[in-house]
Amino acid sequence: MKSAKVTRVFFTVVFVIFFLVLLWEGYKWMGQQTDDQWPGTNFGLPVATNDTIMPHFVDVVGELTAEIRDGQSSMPMYAFLLKKAWFTFQEAAIGFILGLTIGMGLAVLMSRWKVSERGLLPWINVSQTIPLIALAPVVVTWGRNQGLPDLFSISLISTYLTFFPVAVSGLRGLQSPDAAHVELMHSYAASWRTTLFKLRLPAARPYLFPALKLAGSLSIVGAIVGEISIGRKTGLGRAILEYALRYAIFPERLYASVIGAAFLGLMVFGMINLAERFFMRRTREVAS
Amino acid sequence: MSEKNAISINNADKIFNEGRDDEVVALSNINLDVKEGEFVSLIGPSGCGKSTMLRLIGDLLEPTQGSVEVFGKSAHQARIDQDYGMVFQHAGLFDWRRVAANIELPLELHGWSKSDRATRSQEMLDLVKLPDFGGYYPRQLSGGMQQRVSIARALSFEPKLLLMDEPFGALDEMTREHMQIELLRIWEETGTTVVFVTHSIPEAAFLSNRVVVLSPRPGQVHSVIDVDLGQRTESTRQDSDFFNAATEVREALRAVEEQE
Repeated sequence: MKSAKVTRVFFTVVFVIFFLVLLWEGYKWMGQQTDDQWPGTNFGLPVATNDTIMPHFVDVVGELTAEIRDGQSSMPMYAFLLKKAWFTFQEAAIGFILGLTIGMGLAVLMSRWKVSERGLLPWINVSQTIPLIALAPVVVTWGRNQGLPDLFSISLISTYLTFFPVAVSGLRGLQSPDAAHVELMHSYAASWRTTLFKLRLPAARPYLFPALKLAGSLSIVGAIVGEISIGRKTGLGRAILEYALRYAIFPERLYASVIGAAFLGLMVFGMINLAERFFMRRTREVAS
Repeated sequence: MSEKNAISINNADKIFNEGRDDEVVALSNINLDVKEGEFVSLIGPSGCGKSTMLRLIGDLLEPTQGSVEVFGKSAHQARIDQDYGMVFQHAGLFDWRRVAANIELPLELHGWSKSDRATRSQEMLDLVKLPDFGGYYPRQLSGGMQQRVSIARALSFEPKLLLMDEPFGALDEMTREHMQIELLRIWEETGTTVVFVTHSIPEAAFLSNRVVVLSPRPGQVHSVIDVDLGQRTESTRQDSDFFNAATEVREALRAVEEQE
C-alpha cells in the first residue's frame, strides 16, 4: 500500500469514529433535554438516554484506563482486556486453522465425487442448526475424558462454526471454472490432482476469501461462546459475562469489554485481508 | 499436404443419455478422413453436432459406436500423447496467469524447464505477433489479442493437429478477417493439420481446403465441398473463386434446411 493510501484510510477511520460518537452524544443530549421524547411530541424515544443505558463516551473510554483488580494484582482495564483477548485469540486461531483445514478438505472431497457432495452437503447444512450452547457441554465433557485441555475444547467449538462457510464457499469456488477450462486441462491429459492445483484452487480464491473473513469473525464468536459455556476464566468471554451480570452498576465496563471484543475481531479481519492481498496480488494488479 | 491420414472417423455415432427419456442422437454414421496438413472446416446449423464431432476427435467425448483414429492411433492415445492443441470460442485463458505463463501452461504440465518454457513462449508470442505482451494479464488484452494468445498456447508444444471450436465467433468482423489471415499464415508456417468449427459461410470458404457441411437431428455429413483458392490475401475476398466457393457452401446449407 502506498503511504498516501494509508493516510487516507487512517483519516476515514478517525472521521467515522468521530461521527458515530457525535451521533451517540447528540442523541443522548437531546433525550436528556426532552425527557426521552421526540422534540415537540409525546412519542417516546426508542432507546432511553440515561447513564445506565447509554453511558457517556468519555466514561467508557475512561473505564478503559481505570485500574481494576485481577486476582491479587491490579492493572488498567485496557491491559486486562488485552490479556484476556490474547487467550481468546489463541483459541480462535486454532479453531480457525482447524476449520479451514476441515472445510477445505470437505470441499475438495465434495468436488471430487458427486456422490460425496450429495451425501455430505445436507449434513453440513444441518450441522449449523444445532445450537452452540447445547453442543458446548458435550464437547467439553468429551474433551476432558480424553485428557484434552479446555483450550482445545473451546477451539473445537470455534471450529464447528468456521468450517461451514469454508466448506460451502470452497465447494462453489472449486466448481467455478468454465467447462472450457476443464476441457482444456482434460485435453492436456492432466490428472485430477494437477487440475486441482493448476486450475480449481487458484480459481476458488475469489470465492474463498469472503468466506474466510466471515469464518474469522465466527471463530471469535465461537471462542467467546465456548469460554462462557465452559466457564473458563481466562478469556474475554468470561469478562464479558461478568460485566454483563453487573451491567446495572457498571455499564461502562460492559461497553469497554465489548470494545475489546470488537478490537479483536478487527485484528483478525485485518490479518485475513493481508493474506488475501498476498494470495491474490496478481489479480488485484489488474482489477485496480 | 501429404497423403497420410491425420484423422479417420469410421461409422461413428454419438448418442447422449442413451436409453433415457431425454436421449439425443447427436451424430449418426459419420465417416470422414482428414489428410495431414489439410485445413478442414465443419459447418452446419446449430445443433448439428459439429462441436460434438470436434470433441470426438479430441477424445473429450467418446463415440457411442464406430471408431475415431488420430494419426493412426485411437483418439484416446492421441490425447495422452498430446498430438493436438485446442482453441475454444472464448479464449479460456487463466486470469491469474500472465500471458506468457498462460502460453507456458501446457509446457509446465509436460515438465519443461523454466528457461525452455520462457524461450518457447517468446517464440510463440512472436508467431502470433504479440512480442511485447508476455508480461500482461489476459484481462488487459482485447478479445482478438486474447484469442491469439489462446492459439499460441495451443501451438506451444508443436502439436501436429489443431482443433478449433468457433475460435473467432466472439470477435467483431474486422478483427475476425484479420485473424483469419493470421491463422492461414501460422498454418502455412507450422504445417499443422487444422479442424475448424464455424457457423460463418465466408469464413469456412475462405480458410478451408475442404468444407464439411453437416445436417442436424441426427448430425450427419450432408456434403463435402472442395475449395482451392491458392494463396489467400485480403483481396481474395473480392475474387470470383471465393464467391463461387461461398455460394456452393450456402447452397449446401440451404439444401440442409429444406431437408428438415
